[in-house]
Amino acid sequence: MPTHAQSASAGRVVLDAGDISRALTRISHEILERNKGAEDLLLLGLQTRGVPLAERIATNIAEVEGATVATGSLDVTMYRDDLRSHPTRAPHRTQVPDGAVDGKTVVLVDDVLFSGRTIRAALDALSDIGRPAAVRLAVLVDRGHRELPIRADHVGKNLPTARTERVSLHLVETDGEDEVRIVGSASGSKGGEA
Amino acid sequence: MTRHLLSIDDLDVTQIEEIFTTAAQMHDVQRREVKKLPALRGRTVINLFFEDSTRTRSSFEIAGKWLSADVINLSAKGSSASKGESLRDTVLTVTAMGIDGLVVRHSASGAAEQISRWIDVPVINAGDGTHEHPTQALLDSYTLTRRLGSLDGKHVVMVGDLTHSRVFRSNVKCLAKLGAQVTVVAPPTLMPAGVSDWSKEAGFATSYDLDRVLPEADAVMMLRVQRERMSGGFFPTAREYTVRYGLTRDRLGLLQPGVPILHPGPMNRGLEISADAADAVDSVVLDQVSAGVAVRMSVLYHLLAGEPALNEGGQA
Repeated sequence: MPTHAQSASAGRVVLDAGDISRALTRISHEILERNKGAEDLLLLGLQTRGVPLAERIATNIAEVEGATVATGSLDVTMYRDDLRSHPTRAPHRTQVPDGAVDGKTVVLVDDVLFSGRTIRAALDALSDIGRPAAVRLAVLVDRGHRELPIRADHVGKNLPTARTERVSLHLVETDGEDEVRIVGSASGSKGGEA
Repeated sequence: MTRHLLSIDDLDVTQIEEIFTTAAQMHDVQRREVKKLPALRGRTVINLFFEDSTRTRSSFEIAGKWLSADVINLSAKGSSASKGESLRDTVLTVTAMGIDGLVVRHSASGAAEQISRWIDVPVINAGDGTHEHPTQALLDSYTLTRRLGSLDGKHVVMVGDLTHSRVFRSNVKCLAKLGAQVTVVAPPTLMPAGVSDWSKEAGFATSYDLDRVLPEADAVMMLRVQRERMSGGFFPTAREYTVRYGLTRDRLGLLQPGVPILHPGPMNRGLEISADAADAVDSVVLDQVSAGVAVRMSVLYHLLAGEPALNEGGQA
């Protein structure tokens, strides 16, 4: 569990709470603009930090449009292509409101877009749940280094990084603070959720 | 996570809880239109059953298939075992085909553990003689936690043929790990030998008087009278067993309202459990069956999906 002491001592802050809030507000408006309103939208947060981000976007949209947007959570553990290279861990909750996928525009929401493999797994997971009319991707941070032909439709911040660096993204809901840091890493750990 | 699941002893509380957390997600998948998860795609699991079984075998089969594993059922009847092949040769032969996991049921206590020493793939004990049936205990506790919340301090009463019951042996261990108080009730002839020392060590209570125990129960688990394992006269007549130890319509009235009734199946209706109890609103017998698939999916996932060497290292 990351603590303030740890995060304060490592790396440099690239987004603070205000930056994150403004980025999410812009993403919310972009989603509305692209969808021409809040009709038939499902914001599906990827476990774990995509889930609170999806909730925040839904709150923003409710403030702007006065409309409630369906939200849900998606866990892709079972769909990952690297299951064999890690010890197993218990999957998180996948919760999708009944009938919220078929024929709807699903916006996948994640914290950090990196290799694209999580999104690939999410697309597979989604197709087992239903058949959306369209799927879009919103991420708070795009750090590059894609390994699959995947790109985000809505990006909070493009962060050029080195592969050896780690993007540490904290949210109030999960970590007690809103902050994005780049942590230089000699060990070459991959980092980031995606 | 553990390499094999031979006994509840292989799991600590954290691992049991992790199995339950995963099982809860698997439970959600059961309600989906597309029930498959790709976690075990390309893996092959063999259900090797030397003893009759319908629900456990089909439960493991469905669990494996919903995780996209290829599942093959082998039963002793009509197999080479009935032609005189030794257990070791049967197991080595099956393993040599290139399987990734073996689910085994055998009438000899300790068979699963013996098999796990012969081969290099994860072995899951689906019942060995009168020893253990760990996935049954896991699914029973999982069913109870869904119904009662935490089992810490909850009073679980287990009634029936304890001597011949592997379900009882696994359950006593599993419930104790989860903090439940257990009282086991049976006629003296069906109390296992040495139960007084054992119960002190393992921390459960024994009783011969069902009527006195039932009002204090938070859950009641009826065990099957296993006539196929009985060679002598353990009770005079079935009628007498029912009168003293069956969950009859009258005894239902002794239970606090809402106390769940469990039975691992197959039920002998009219013997250890009356139709009124089996079909009562608080009977969770069918919940146990659906929980069984979820829990076995969880066990198969944790034992087979990850990197084997890392898997032995414990928690992620």
